[in-house]
Amino acid sequence: MSATPETAPAPSGAGAGPLLAVENLRVGFATEDGRVQAVDGVNFELEPGEVLAIVGESGSGKSVTAQTIIGLTRSPNSHIEGSVRLSGDELTTKSERELQKVRGSKIAMIFQDPMTSLNPVYTVGKQIVEAIRAHDSSIGRSSAREQAVELLGAVGIPDAERRVNDYPHEFSGGMRQRAMIAMGLALEPSVLIADEPTTALDVTIQAQILHLIQDLNRSRGLATILITHDLGVVAEVADRVLVMYGGKVVEQGTLDDIFYDPQHPYTWGLLGSLTRLDQPRPHRLPQISGAPPSLLNLPKGCAFRPRCPHEFGKCKEVPGLDPRLPEDPNHRDRCWLEPEQKRKLREIEGRIGLEEPT
Amino acid sequence: MSDVGSTSTAGGPLLEVTDLVKHFPIKSGLLIDREVDQVRAVDGISFSVNKGETLGLVGESGSGKSTACRAVLQLLKPTSGSVKFEGQEIAGLSRRELRPLRREMQMIFQDPYASLNPRKRVGQIVGDQLKIQKVASGKALRTRVEELLERVGLSPEHYNRFPHEFSGGQRQRIGIARALALGPKLVFCDEPVSALDVSIQAQIVNLLDDLQDEMGLTYVFVAHDIGVVRHISDRIAVMNHGKIVETGEADQVCEHPRDAYTKKLLAAVPIPDPRESRARRERAGTTG
Ligand SMILES: Nc1ncnc2c1ncn2[C@@H]1O[C@H](COP(=O)(O)OP(=O)(O)OP(=O)(O)O)[C@@H](O)[C@H]1O
Ligand SMILES: Nc1ncnc2c1ncn2[C@@H]1O[C@H](COP(=O)(O)OP(=O)(O)O)[C@@H](O)[C@H]1O
Ligand code: SF4
Ligand SMILES: [Mg+2]
Ligand SMILES: [Mg+2]
Repeated sequence: MSATPETAPAPSGAGAGPLLAVENLRVGFATEDGRVQAVDGVNFELEPGEVLAIVGESGSGKSVTAQTIIGLTRSPNSHIEGSVRLSGDELTTKSERELQKVRGSKIAMIFQDPMTSLNPVYTVGKQIVEAIRAHDSSIGRSSAREQAVELLGAVGIPDAERRVNDYPHEFSGGMRQRAMIAMGLALEPSVLIADEPTTALDVTIQAQILHLIQDLNRSRGLATILITHDLGVVAEVADRVLVMYGGKVVEQGTLDDIFYDPQHPYTWGLLGSLTRLDQPRPHRLPQISGAPPSLLNLPKGCAFRPRCPHEFGKCKEVPGLDPRLPEDPNHRDRCWLEPEQKRKLREIEGRIGLEEPT
Repeated sequence: MSDVGSTSTAGGPLLEVTDLVKHFPIKSGLLIDREVDQVRAVDGISFSVNKGETLGLVGESGSGKSTACRAVLQLLKPTSGSVKFEGQEIAGLSRRELRPLRREMQMIFQDPYASLNPRKRVGQIVGDQLKIQKVASGKALRTRVEELLERVGLSPEHYNRFPHEFSGGQRQRIGIARALALGPKLVFCDEPVSALDVSIQAQIVNLLDDLQDEMGLTYVFVAHDIGVVRHISDRIAVMNHGKIVETGEADQVCEHPRDAYTKKLLAAVPIPDPRESRARRERAGTTG
């Protein structure tokens, strides 16, 4: 599934190798309460035209991973290890000025919270115009404004010609997010990092945005890192999936690996708690008990242990992110159970799910 | 489009909304604000909710769901229309006249971060209304708040903590405890789980379900996740451009939608099953 679609053009960075390679990325923060290892060893590669989904609960390190790729977590209290290469070019050692250029042209990021990234005192239109002109100063104000209207229309803002003059507070929550996406697309990037871009959106706009991203993936070979906690969204657009928990990747594989042969009990829990319109509704939604762990106080051994109904003696040791299925070296997970046991345990009333501890 | 409850109980509906309208003026002009037009956020909706029932409200962003909830609750002054709670007209009542009704009708908000005062302790947040409405004070107040905290899955020891010490799911539980403090009959839940993690969403939905059974609550439940709305609702109303375009039994609306807009809305719901969603894309691709 990691194959590049036929229509995608070759990567621009001439040489061989992936468009984006993240190796052994670790990000720690010194906080008042102690050191937080927000990201603890993330590895992946991304090819043009490909969509990589990162899923996991809040605090699992998804946003910090994404922000670190474009150098937004650098600060006196952060400690970053590992490597991020864009077309072979190392980003972690670049100066802030060089990085700004990368952010302004090659990698665009759409943030989770549209309210904090839109400036309340300028109209939405003005902000998009500024983004367009910051990217390409040869574009005049009036044609930038035309582009802004077009982009707003493309992301599904009705009556864009008029609403381009609105201030952010005059938009509904969903409309603000669409405005953010329009701004990200204005840069025509080669990598798009979208951090929960559709979480605040209703389904029709979500579908439009996802199709928009997919179109860009195919037509321009745009590579996308899509951060989300919605597995429905993942199923629609992703090629490969990373499942994060407590700063670590706990399972990594193709879309079909994750949905049809999931190896980690946390992944089973995520899949089990989904509501589905195409199936009869269960009396109660199967839930994962407890709450995500605090990074200040991660459980010893497997981080999922306190919430896992299947834990056993060996779980006191940290499981590595290893290929555990002999037939599939690219499907990796961090769970000590034997593949045979896993296939039995994840089956609940004919569906994949996580048994509730009694 | 009023759909007097299919599961209607003897005493008539708990809430009856008729031709409710809420328009916002659009102003323009640099020096003098002139009203040039209106946003028809809610444009004449009618629905009823029976006791013990959950009415789901779905629709695209900007379709007027939040505005509708706020106008029904009189948190926004309706432009026109009638809102009857237990048969009594409440549209147009003064703040003072509304006060006793605040005990009966409550709201749980989408954003568990913004909706809790960061400077107040959990005990105060949950207990404030009990105190203001003079329902309890002193030791009885504390006991009541501790009971509520336990009931929503928190612990009595959380009484003296501040909101920032809690996760999103826990904050939403605080919001629920606050909404339930006065023993309301009707609770508006405006996207109560949208900001939460999937695993926590299921916990909160199950909690709301249990509380409804135990306390005989009636819900109006807004969410953009139609799967969640269908799960929790008896009936669903679909909103588009400030109007209700379809109302019906939850399963009926999801499985056999009548309205074209509802069909479009349902077709856009992602199927969390890659093979199914590929098949659907192919079907859509071959038919047009
Ligand atoms: N205070 C206001 N002033 C002007 N327009 C407003 C105001 N509040 C809401 N609107 C407009 O009313 C319409 C309905 O907004 P509302 O917030 O009710 O939508 P919603 O269905 O809750 O959407 P979402 O799913 O995005 O929360 C939108 O066009 C919005 O821009
Ligand atoms: N600047 C920072 N200083 C200290 N801790 C941080 C900082 N940024 C993020 N964190 C912590 O890192 C962890 C991962 O956060 P994040 O990547 O935002 O999670 P998510 O998976 O929800 O996107 C969280 O525990 C968060 O509190
Ligand atoms: S390693 Fe043990 S505790 Fe962790 S997920 Fe596997 S069975 Fe559960
Ligand atoms: Mg995040
Ligand atoms: Mg709303």
